[in-house]
Amino acid sequence: MRARARTFVRLGDVNRAAYDGAMRHYLDHAARSALRPRAREAWHEASDLVGNPSSLHQSGRAARSRLEDARELVASLLGAHPTEVIFTSGGTEADNIGIVGAWWAHTAADPECRGIVTTAVEHHAALDPVRWLASRHGAHLSVVGVDAHARIEADAVAEAVDASPLPTAVVSVQWVNNEVGTVQPLAQVVEVARRRGVPVHADAVQGVGHMPFDFAASGLASAAMSGHKVGAPVGVGVLLAKRDAALAPVMWGGGQERRLRSGTVDAASAWACAVALEEAVAEARAGVSERLIGWGTRIEQAIHAAAGDAIIHGPSRDHAAPHIVHAIIPGAPAEALLTALDLAHIDASPGAACTAGVIEPSHVVEAMGYGATAAAQTLRLSCGWSTTDADVEALAAALPGAVASARATRGGGTSSDPRTLVG
Amino acid sequence: MAAARAVDAGHEVVGVHMALSRNRDEYRTGSRGCCSIEDANDARRAADKLGIPYYVWDLSDEFHDKVVTDFIAEYEAGRTPNPCVRCNEFIKFDTLLERAQALGFDAVVTGHYARIADTPAGQRELHRAHDSSKDQSYVLAVMGPDKLARAIFPLGDVASKSEVRAEAAARGLGLSSKPDSYDICFVADGDTKGFLERAIGPRPGDIVDENGEVVGAHEGAYSFTVGQRRGLRLPRPAADGAPRYVTEVDTARNVVVVGPETLLSVRELVADQVVWLAADVPATSPTPCQVQVRAHGAAVDATVVRVGDTVNVSLAEPMRGVAAGQSAVLYQGTRVLGQGTIGHRP
Repeated sequence: MRARARTFVRLGDVNRAAYDGAMRHYLDHAARSALRPRAREAWHEASDLVGNPSSLHQSGRAARSRLEDARELVASLLGAHPTEVIFTSGGTEADNIGIVGAWWAHTAADPECRGIVTTAVEHHAALDPVRWLASRHGAHLSVVGVDAHARIEADAVAEAVDASPLPTAVVSVQWVNNEVGTVQPLAQVVEVARRRGVPVHADAVQGVGHMPFDFAASGLASAAMSGHKVGAPVGVGVLLAKRDAALAPVMWGGGQERRLRSGTVDAASAWACAVALEEAVAEARAGVSERLIGWGTRIEQAIHAAAGDAIIHGPSRDHAAPHIVHAIIPGAPAEALLTALDLAHIDASPGAACTAGVIEPSHVVEAMGYGATAAAQTLRLSCGWSTTDADVEALAAALPGAVASARATRGGGTSSDPRTLVG
Repeated sequence: MAAARAVDAGHEVVGVHMALSRNRDEYRTGSRGCCSIEDANDARRAADKLGIPYYVWDLSDEFHDKVVTDFIAEYEAGRTPNPCVRCNEFIKFDTLLERAQALGFDAVVTGHYARIADTPAGQRELHRAHDSSKDQSYVLAVMGPDKLARAIFPLGDVASKSEVRAEAAARGLGLSSKPDSYDICFVADGDTKGFLERAIGPRPGDIVDENGEVVGAHEGAYSFTVGQRRGLRLPRPAADGAPRYVTEVDTARNVVVVGPETLLSVRELVADQVVWLAADVPATSPTPCQVQVRAHGAAVDATVVRVGDTVNVSLAEPMRGVAAGQSAVLYQGTRVLGQGTIGHRP
């Protein structure tokens, strides 16, 4: 341990200084973005509304009015009708309603309609529900593979639907991959599914707010978005769902939100979500994407400089979101690399999920054709509304040392060729 | 608490929880089992309150390969292993230390009860803890001088564990109500015999007496330990009516040998794979010392002669329960001279 006098250790206090954003370089916006000041103000102001939006009295109506303001604003920003906007607790809940709810609705009408087609690179919020339905409820699951950039082909979805022994209840395809930033060919998927009479749900969590989204034009039956990715508070998200989409609720209660999401809606959170989204969409229109791409390109260069053999997926590719840079760095286990970056005051991500604090090997990287070793040598950096040049330069400065340290740890594997492409 | 004291001492500290279990989602029940989600969360909260970074490092593969596999293999070979010694030898002060050093750290701090003393001559010594009832120098002796140079044991000076718990409570670290950890951390239900049976499988064989007569049957010689009296299930008592003890476990012939208590005692033992800490006490000629052969056993007077990688230990009094595979740790007073692994009786 290097000698360092950190005098802010107070017995019994949580050390806030170490978690103070001002001291850190935050490059994990794909996990969550900081709360936008306008969203905080919006929540603060709306939190004075005391009524339950479902109550019939004046106070309830006032809260309801604000909730409907939020709904209309979100609808206008995302090309939807207000009736198609359903507030949830976040993207995960929206995915569950859009996927599990669709499957239940279809199998209730036709027990044989048990097929689900999805991709190998979905976020766990969309992947785990279908796995659960397959293992516990007799869903017939078809998983479409991806290329080395985690991109599917719409034809593969068509083939999966055609080859399924049972009718397909729903096709679930993400819009933007959360680990690698790849944009899927959603329009083509919707087209092939439409011709087969199958509805499509899209996990749009990583795309909304970064790239233009028009729900009406998309042809999707439903889509999920999450507030905390665009600078809204954690705990609020939206399910966009066509009025005639066959959906069932996944939890039951007072029947709020078109009976699809019971429970009192927090008008303040919904309003903050709408305000945050409005700001994000305005920024995207004003060219913030170019700034994100500029940073992303700089990060790609910095990774290449620190590890010439790294496999990098960033916004300079085709079909890539502007805010995510992902890399496979041979010989650098994610666990060690993140520790080293963390000690250098940089907040980064392995991309893959964790179980009990232990990083899982990335199922996305494995689906891209890389082996298990490569899947444990990942790094994801993502920029957002509060990113500064200083953050990106700090990362560039810290990367060479961090990569060297990570490579020096035993147990990272010495794979110098992570490219064990399968077929 | 060790971390808290290290922070107080002015070190820059980070907390690391070693994920050793391949089953990530276990919750702790009672005192058995460690590295459960609750232990990881307890460690995280302690780090929060101390204001230090916290990481989880996955060492489950190394732990399985070097500690669990070794544990099973030793029993299969008729020896009685001490996995805590192996964990210190291969994981805590080896894999973990190497990983830490690669990331720029200088030492590993643990909550072991033991003391490190640096003499004016520049010699680093390992000593028993101040509270001898909690002393863990026995399982640490395997570290060797290089590893010892990179270890810190802040709790070795405390008067008692209750002092530690009181201090933890005063600091708001919710550790004080944690039960002590006993037994084997990877045998969560405490049933070592069942664990070995599932790992190795039944291997029925004979139990014979000191004359080679078959006196009983067993389901696997590996689950018996020299000195064991319970669980023999001998159908007939011995001629002299006295209890029978396991005197030998012969896994090659799959035979368990039992005999009277008198046959249990030894006056000599040989230990190999010696790790010697006291460079100033070479012991190449007979050297008086004390030897401890079990984690919670008393140290007895002995004389040791070191021959290369081996020590020959002559006991002042006959001793029972000396089991091959256990560590023999040699002391002079509170100071650890060295350690070796006890071999089979010749």
